[in-house]
Amino acid sequence: MLVLPAVAGLAFLVLPLAGLLIRAPWSTLPQRLAEPQVLEALRLSLVCATAATVVCVLCGVPLAWLLARVEFPGRRVVRALVTVPLVLPPVVGGVALLLVLGRRGLVGQWLESAFGITLPFTTLGVIVAEAFVAMPFLVISVEGALRAADRRFEEAAATLGASRWTVFRRVTLPLIMPGVVAGAVLCWARALGEFGATITFAGNFPGTTRTMPLAVYLALETDPDAAIVLSLVLLAVSVVVLASLRDRWVNSP
Amino acid sequence: MFRRLSRRAIAVPVALVLAGLSGCGSGEPATSSTSAAAGAKEVNVFAAASLTETFTELGKTFEAARPGVTVKFNFGSSATLAQQIVQGAPADVFAAASPATMKTVTDASLASGPTTFARNKLEIAVPKDNPAKVAELKDLTDPRVKVALCAEQVPCGAAAVKALDAAGLKVTPVTLEQDVKATLTKVELGEVDAALVYTTDVIAAAGKVQGIAFPEADKAINDYPIATLSKAPAGDLAKQFVDLVLSQQGKDVLTKAGFEAP
Amino acid sequence: MTADGLRATLVVHRPAFTLDITLDVAPGEVVALLGPNGAGKTTALRALAGLIPMSGGHISLDGRPLHHLAPEQRPIGMVFQDYLLFPHLSALDNVAFGPRCQGVSKAEARRVAAALLERVGLADRATDKPRRLSGGQAQRVALARALAVRPRLMLLDEPLAALDAHTRLEIRSQLRRHLADFDGATVLVTHDPLDAMVLADRLVVIESGVVVQQGAPAEVARRPRTGYVARLVGLNLYRGIGDGTRVEVGELPLHTSEQLDGPAFVAFSPAAVALYRTRPDGSPRNLWQATIGGIERHGDNVRVHLDGPITAFADITPAALADLELSPGQRIWASVKATETHAYPA
Repeated sequence: MLVLPAVAGLAFLVLPLAGLLIRAPWSTLPQRLAEPQVLEALRLSLVCATAATVVCVLCGVPLAWLLARVEFPGRRVVRALVTVPLVLPPVVGGVALLLVLGRRGLVGQWLESAFGITLPFTTLGVIVAEAFVAMPFLVISVEGALRAADRRFEEAAATLGASRWTVFRRVTLPLIMPGVVAGAVLCWARALGEFGATITFAGNFPGTTRTMPLAVYLALETDPDAAIVLSLVLLAVSVVVLASLRDRWVNSP
Repeated sequence: MFRRLSRRAIAVPVALVLAGLSGCGSGEPATSSTSAAAGAKEVNVFAAASLTETFTELGKTFEAARPGVTVKFNFGSSATLAQQIVQGAPADVFAAASPATMKTVTDASLASGPTTFARNKLEIAVPKDNPAKVAELKDLTDPRVKVALCAEQVPCGAAAVKALDAAGLKVTPVTLEQDVKATLTKVELGEVDAALVYTTDVIAAAGKVQGIAFPEADKAINDYPIATLSKAPAGDLAKQFVDLVLSQQGKDVLTKAGFEAP
Repeated sequence: MTADGLRATLVVHRPAFTLDITLDVAPGEVVALLGPNGAGKTTALRALAGLIPMSGGHISLDGRPLHHLAPEQRPIGMVFQDYLLFPHLSALDNVAFGPRCQGVSKAEARRVAAALLERVGLADRATDKPRRLSGGQAQRVALARALAVRPRLMLLDEPLAALDAHTRLEIRSQLRRHLADFDGATVLVTHDPLDAMVLADRLVVIESGVVVQQGAPAEVARRPRTGYVARLVGLNLYRGIGDGTRVEVGELPLHTSEQLDGPAFVAFSPAAVALYRTRPDGSPRNLWQATIGGIERHGDNVRVHLDGPITAFADITPAALADLELSPGQRIWASVKATETHAYPA
């Protein structure tokens, strides 16, 4: 009963990949890959996705801790809000970011006048857009790990004189590390593929904001073969990274 | 819970990669082609995004004159539409924003003898309060002025390059937007000080941006070709729609929106 | 009583029951909280540690109020039922964790930890992660970890429950030695009477959230005051009205060797009960006719459940069982000598 739909589902996911591989212009692949624009976009994608993941870990882990460990009024609402970027079309997310962090945005205005920082059309803006879209993956993953972790270890640490911060740093964090790693991987993968929020909020300029997905989209307008090549690169990078982390990912709580 | 979620979550970037490529193969338009032969009551029109307002209006006129007939539109980037047609999408009429994109379709022998029905000119769009005090094309070369252009891969970007080259000016934009509407949005939100967009887009923005015409625009006029497709399921209705676009009535609608007659 | 040691009144309201007990423990004294499951033993221990809020009462240790302090500020050491050694730290770092939290340098904390591991006989397992330790070793590391913070109050929650019978015997005697060396107050929670008898200087029996009996282990064992304690120490226990050397238990007068008037308990061992198929001659002082409710093995002997004017257990040898040809539902005569009973005021 389950095998047939399972196979159908698998085929549904795998066939488009097969299509990419079959349509790929293998003969011209090497010189296409060596093009500076491709390498530039790839480098930018990797740097931004990694930086966005760091931001997500630094802010997302404490947020997950807050949601999992601290009782406060409106916690359910906050949890729902955290998942908003999951359901929000990324382009809308990008517009929302512009309205807040843009040159005339609520916070952006002040950022510019006080610090001279503008986020749109900068690499920093790409990182912000990617972090916005990818953060829920980390928070949900880490919150799940926190809920699954045995809280009595934290109690044991408290009876040994550990402050809340020490408990978190020396007991809770090591215990949930697999969940943090899994969340960071998901977060990174999502950031790597981010398109809508990035192009809307950070724009598209080679070297500063044109990441791989943006390059793919533009290549599609004129040169579908180039788009396929770029997608294959993106795909290969994610497969390598995910496969190398697969065991930790699958075995995480 | 976590494992389920993570599996689903991992699918998202993959799906996004695939979605980004959908235009090249699987991008069926939302329209369905139920009409089988003559006596068809439905016309599928694939038209450039910049034609959204004018063609929608002409479509209503067309339907009003032919009870029982519906016109279905698929508006989008001309390049994407051309790809969809080449991949077998059931279109009757194709109206492109550039001869280059029309060429994709004629090269595939899916249409012949396209007619230019409108021309579109570039304008400088600035936010209503024009914070950078932009008055002419030369002002865009000032590094303190943030400029958005369309990416070169899309018609408005190609036109912008042509116009700037003609004027002998070098502009370093902060962003190359994926289509003209996105470029205009950046101006509306005040994120950039200026952008090069079509006159029609400035008019469609209805006062949310200010348009500044410039003489060099005449060097980069964009022709809009239209053609019935050779395999058009709607047959004669497709021809009738193209005739409407080319008629005086069609011209009036297009001119009102800022297009120029060919 | 002096201000030293632990003086606590613990009140915790729970939806199902209320815990309300008073507990005094002198420095160096080991008190065992004994009681059936759900009696509130662990609740009491967690309240002492500050892990659950109290609804009322107070806790003072060596004259210092404790109940308003967070767990990490209380001078306590706690050994949990399944030890809760931090899985990502070595045995040594587990033990060094407390001193590190108290601000001791890493080197000094490790030195203290190494000395403690040495004391519990685990110097050679210092670098092992907890999952590589046996149950008994983990228990000893947990004890060393609790001792490392130099607590004034040691709390042990079922410290031996997770061990198999053989290990338990060995660890029990070691634990007894370590607790004897400890100069602070110790509260130990257990539901095993043997653990309690061996480890504790004093037993506090809790049932349904209140103290029902307390005293030295021998005293509690000899003079149980509730059915639970009597079953725990293996005695038949009855409550009646004393009248000289007789205690009226329902319909049945039980003759005892002690003089007693007013409400009284009578206790006797199941082994003191003799069974006869026919009414015995010579008529012992305490003789009654009973119905056999059940028969089961009990160690090397056989335990016979007796219904009748009083319910009682009788322990007989398998040989006696064969001789008497007993079966459930059978009518039988039971007797206990007055000298085998023990009566005390209720």
